[in-house]
Amino acid sequence: MNHMHRKNFHAAIAAAGLLMASAPAYAQSVDEKVNQIFASSTGWFVNLIFSNFPGTSFPWIVAWLVVGATVFTLYFGFVQFRAIGHSIALVKGDYSDPDDAGEVSHFQALATALSGTVGLGNIAGVAVAVSIGGPGATFWMILAGLMGMASKFTECTLGVKYRNEYPDGRVSGGPMYYLTKGFAERGLPGGKVLAVLFSIFCILGALGGGNMFQANQAHQQISGIVGAYPGWITGIIFAVVVFAVIVGGLKSIARVTEKVVPFMGILYVGTALIIILMNADQIGWAFGQIFAGAFTGLGVAGGMVGALIQGFKRAAFSNEAGVGSAAIAHSAVRTKEPITEGYVSLLEPFIDTVVICTMTALVIIITGQLVAGPDGNYLLNEAGTAIQTVGGTSGVGLTSAAFGSAISWFPFVLAIAVVLFAFSTMISWSYYGLKAWTYLFGEGETTELVFKVIFCVFVVIGAAANLGPVIDFSDAAIFAMAVVNIIGLYALMPIVKRELNSYVSRLKSGEIKKFE
Amino acid sequence: MSGKFVVGYDGSESSQRALEFAVDRSQAQGGTIVLAHVLEWSPYSFLTPNELEERHKRREEELHRAETAIMTTVVKDLRDKGVTVETVIKYGNIPELLAKIAKDCGAIQIVIGRSGHSNLGARVFGSVAGALVQSAPVPCTIVP
Repeated sequence: MNHMHRKNFHAAIAAAGLLMASAPAYAQSVDEKVNQIFASSTGWFVNLIFSNFPGTSFPWIVAWLVVGATVFTLYFGFVQFRAIGHSIALVKGDYSDPDDAGEVSHFQALATALSGTVGLGNIAGVAVAVSIGGPGATFWMILAGLMGMASKFTECTLGVKYRNEYPDGRVSGGPMYYLTKGFAERGLPGGKVLAVLFSIFCILGALGGGNMFQANQAHQQISGIVGAYPGWITGIIFAVVVFAVIVGGLKSIARVTEKVVPFMGILYVGTALIIILMNADQIGWAFGQIFAGAFTGLGVAGGMVGALIQGFKRAAFSNEAGVGSAAIAHSAVRTKEPITEGYVSLLEPFIDTVVICTMTALVIIITGQLVAGPDGNYLLNEAGTAIQTVGGTSGVGLTSAAFGSAISWFPFVLAIAVVLFAFSTMISWSYYGLKAWTYLFGEGETTELVFKVIFCVFVVIGAAANLGPVIDFSDAAIFAMAVVNIIGLYALMPIVKRELNSYVSRLKSGEIKKFE
Repeated sequence: MSGKFVVGYDGSESSQRALEFAVDRSQAQGGTIVLAHVLEWSPYSFLTPNELEERHKRREEELHRAETAIMTTVVKDLRDKGVTVETVIKYGNIPELLAKIAKDCGAIQIVIGRSGHSNLGARVFGSVAGALVQSAPVPCTIVP
């Protein structure tokens, strides 16, 4: 290196240093601006969805989901408890025609739908539920998960029954199709209107819970390990990778994620079990807290109702039962009987909520992350909005701290898991959003590209904004989908009942039997 | 003695050798050839939502390609030579399906080629030849 070059080199380093020094200040203001604009432009929508019943502090949307799940559970005679053995036989392929090998199996439809739902809802969402609603939220979350199985059963059966099979061999379905075709078949008005509404909310949900919330929490995780840095940087990196997959058709990345995510899920549950067993003497106490908290609130803000609302909200957000998104993923399965996919899909809320979410909650409770006062009631944080936690953590941070308190290196594994979960959820939701988008605007390369680019832009916004407004908007959009979808499910559930009765009688008579 | 010879055929050189071997034997004995092509497939693999949507379409394309690119010419050549040949194209686990095809059609022998080198992959995941030898319901010839 000669003298001249060295001088330039030094100047470049100095300039780079200057740039780096000024970058955080600039970046902070970008993040803040994004946050402000975002919060002020979405506030009205959030308020509408989460408004309370007059004179109470009970959001109507939570009642809507609970009533829906209860109605389906009763209407189908507790199908989720009676049919679980048959569900497992279907997933194993006992009833699949060997000549259909090479087509989408029940297992594959379930696995893909699960990779869209297992994600941050199970890790961050549960932490939010437990820190606001107390351990009792877990009880309501499990109950919501069990009831939600019936909602999922209904919507996925319809998803397969009214799917579109195109001449070129592609298969796609979802609420927008069963709302239009199913309503027309029953001679009911308004199917088209509901389908359009659903599609609009599905696009918002895809951009919110399926995208911004994921990007946001992934950024929290990464910055928790490498140190704070502006969110838009994570956002751009994520956006580029997502763009490469959904626009560039880079299958290798998607394929790696699809393979690693199930492994991460098993690792997560396995580790949670180990931590719970390490504290085996506390298990009784933890369940005591869950049951006591479910009905008394244990001094939590909002008491029992607060615990219930949080539990139901986070369960719905995590397993998406009644939301309609899963009907899109499940509808490509190869089967002659739509009801079989209903049976298979009811395993989804079970795995997602009853197993995985409960693990997260138990680990947080059992490792003593929630600070209780001398009277046994939980202490609230300074703002009075949530329970005090040991390290003042919330969201993914709380789950991470809980796992880290037992296994010091696990937060690193968790960070990788969160990033991968976030990514696979984004890929799934980009597809759901795209299906809604093409339903509204028609198929075609340009229209599809427009949506995909918008999707990537929202990755950046999500990573840069604060958690509060993002989580509010994500919830609101996803629950808005459920409003429309559950109306449709009520109208179409007699069709599902007919399918169910016919299938069960043929199963009993031996007309439908296992293949060897 | 006559009978059916199932040949695992994927168009590769080694499967070509297996076919030649089977044709010689069948002509000597007066048997027929069942040309079996198995597309590796597991119903327990993981796909993206987009792949689910296109799976049926892709399957049709893959079957068509297997039929035209792998089977058609070789079947024509064999028939020209006066060999009686039928074809089977299936999705699934290769050794399992070859064994099943042999059983279903009442074959007297399965003939497959092998790629020739025992690489690390074959050691870790097992080879088709190894698995088939363990599970074949009829005598099995592996042509080097």
